[in-house]
Amino acid sequence: MTNISSSDWTYRTPKHRLFLWLGWFALVALFVWCWRIMSQDTIWAFVWDAPAQALDIGSRMTPPEWGYLPELMKPLWDTLNIATLGTIGGVLIAIPVAFLAARNTTPSATILRPIALFIIVTSRSINSLIWALLLVAIIGPGLLAGIIAIALRSIGFVGKLLYEAIEETDPRQIEAITATGAAPTQVLTYGIVPQIMPALWSISVFRWDINIRESAILGLVGAGGLGLKMNASLAILAWDQVLVILILILATVVVSEWVSAQVRKAII
Amino acid sequence: MLKLNGLSKTYKTGDTALSDVSLDVQKGQLIGLIGPSGAGKSTLIRCINRLVEPSSGEVWLGDVDLVKLSRSELRHQRRRIGMIFQEYALVERLTVMENVLSGRLGYVSFWRSWLRRYEPRDIQRAYELLDRVGLLQHADKRADALSGGQRQRVGIARALMQDPDLLLVDEPTASLDPKTSRQIMRLLTEICAERDLPAIVNIHDVPLAQAFMQRIVGLRAGRVVFDGAPDGLSEAVLTEIYGAEDWNPVGNDDDADDTPVVVPKVAEVLA
Amino acid sequence: MSSYPTTWRRPPQIIPDRRLRIAVQIAALVYLVLAVGSVEVNWMRVSEGLERGQRFVMGFLQPDFTSRWGDISQGLIESLTMTLTSTVVGVLISIPIGIGASRNIVPRPVYLFCRAVIAISRSLQELIVAIFLVAMFGFGPFAGFLTLSFATIGFIGKLLADEIEEVDETQVEAIRSTGASWFQMLNYAVQPQIMPRLIGLSLYRLDINFRESAVIGIVGAGGIGATLNTAIDRYEYDSAGAILLIIIAIVMVAEYSSSYLRKFLQ
Repeated sequence: MTNISSSDWTYRTPKHRLFLWLGWFALVALFVWCWRIMSQDTIWAFVWDAPAQALDIGSRMTPPEWGYLPELMKPLWDTLNIATLGTIGGVLIAIPVAFLAARNTTPSATILRPIALFIIVTSRSINSLIWALLLVAIIGPGLLAGIIAIALRSIGFVGKLLYEAIEETDPRQIEAITATGAAPTQVLTYGIVPQIMPALWSISVFRWDINIRESAILGLVGAGGLGLKMNASLAILAWDQVLVILILILATVVVSEWVSAQVRKAII
Repeated sequence: MLKLNGLSKTYKTGDTALSDVSLDVQKGQLIGLIGPSGAGKSTLIRCINRLVEPSSGEVWLGDVDLVKLSRSELRHQRRRIGMIFQEYALVERLTVMENVLSGRLGYVSFWRSWLRRYEPRDIQRAYELLDRVGLLQHADKRADALSGGQRQRVGIARALMQDPDLLLVDEPTASLDPKTSRQIMRLLTEICAERDLPAIVNIHDVPLAQAFMQRIVGLRAGRVVFDGAPDGLSEAVLTEIYGAEDWNPVGNDDDADDTPVVVPKVAEVLA
Repeated sequence: MSSYPTTWRRPPQIIPDRRLRIAVQIAALVYLVLAVGSVEVNWMRVSEGLERGQRFVMGFLQPDFTSRWGDISQGLIESLTMTLTSTVVGVLISIPIGIGASRNIVPRPVYLFCRAVIAISRSLQELIVAIFLVAMFGFGPFAGFLTLSFATIGFIGKLLADEIEEVDETQVEAIRSTGASWFQMLNYAVQPQIMPRLIGLSLYRLDINFRESAVIGIVGAGGIGATLNTAIDRYEYDSAGAILLIIIAIVMVAEYSSSYLRKFLQ
């Protein structure tokens, strides 16, 4: 221990450092490679033209066409309904899925749990807009397609957070209810449900808030609400109307965020 | 009343928690179960109502062998066994009343319990028990609004709500301060005396066990190493249960402010 | 002895006032009725659609990877490259923004400016941004790359700033008391505390960016979304099913490997 000189001290061991450098190098190389592939597919003339385009759009957007606002009230109502009904539907389906997926409540860990997990992953990996695209093609344009799309996407989100909440319940409380001679359904309703209720409410409100944002744009693919109006305005290049719609969406999002924050505060 | 015959438990990990425990519990008898951490006290208590499945042996409650029962028959028998837990194990987000009424779950149908429509008799009895443990005015509070001692009283009321023939008590005072611990133990012994109820009390605190229990069973590494009256707990016996340690400070001082340190250091290191 | 009450009702937990409670319940009911009533369903169209739905489910169960493989692989490559480049660029930009948006280590004007940038990025939907950027930069993956980078800034910036605001103040004080400069303080007191979180967030965002890249293609920003849109427009449900399965598989792989990577890095 005597021959440690000050010059011997290094932050990391050489092997560790080599590893780190290799990792960074691989990342940079990958980035450059990806960038090259991407720029091959890009028409650069358009890109250089972008500032001019931006100015043009900007000048066409202002001033916003406020006279368009009254026409947007019905679509706004539709958007709220898509989000709310979709959230309710999604939560109702997510609850049983979450109980099947949670390790401590699943009736069969070998068959039902993987199925439930697959439902959750499928729902989570596909954006509500893609669900809407499919549903509009299948059952036609309208609110129903939007509601189902929102519900399908919400299953995975609510299901995942809820099954994690179920797995985190206090096992002692459940054990105590079991010890009274309660039937499995009673253990569920007395031991587990009270413990996850706050989580369920706050997850649902949180998802509702997200769904308001998503339902505002679902109309772009024909699933009703504000997005439908936006699509129409975009088609005729009425950028001043688009701006009004954007401002309305922004205001709705701010209000819904405030509501969801208040509700979550009240629950906890 | 309760008879254990050659009860053993080996966990999946290969750890043997209990080996060949036999015990005979008379009506109205209070048994203190002492032993170092990991000696199998908790496992023994949970093997009786099969919260932990015993690997072999028999558990006779009256003339029923609990080990041989099917799930639904077991639920039926569990109603006869009240259980009180270390950290109260109340359902914290339910009201005190709901927690007490949950002692009836084994008797009522799912819908009745879901809608909270218990029979008038049960509700009356729940109020009576809450009064007995001194919490009548707290009935509509949420369980997590109560103090530790109050929560344990609710736990006792819940167990009694089952109309049990036997009480299993798992470290009732481990999370309580010394004074509350004594109050809870006194309440427990009074209640058992009133109803001629036998109880197996799993307890860490040797002086507390000596003060309140009629019979002491010492467990070490899953085996019964002592079974007798509390005054038979000599230093030699304690050493056999817990391993070598200086046992002198052990006293029966009523005003003891600190929980006497009976930490079984050697045994814990060995375990 | 039997003077105890024989009835008991659970006291209401959330809204104690009886009249308010009933009012809220009625309001909720009225809203639900109105909302459900506003949904006009063309049942003829739906029943026609059921047959198509069946075809889609069949397509999902028997996906066709081969007949459109050229388009699919092209879209996938675009999506994946877009995802990686936008995450790297987005994270690189969001680090200074996130540091600037931390109340505890920067002056107030910088804080307000950075928070404003984050707020704008977060409140604009990716899809809306994509529409604008496609209008400006033309169709193709470059607009998608910009969209995802922009969205990444808001996401990482906000979470990073929140993390920095919660760092252990005593460590910052200790390093400051050695006479360290602002950058040294950042490097020694803040960076070690937030690095694991930053890596975790970046991997999470990589995952999100891939999923989003499938969406913004619908409005012309390149990637697998464009391919999917075309397949659905042509009613080629077996190809659409194949694309969706590929997306699900990649998301699953990404989720699994990012949790593994996070464990490895810690």
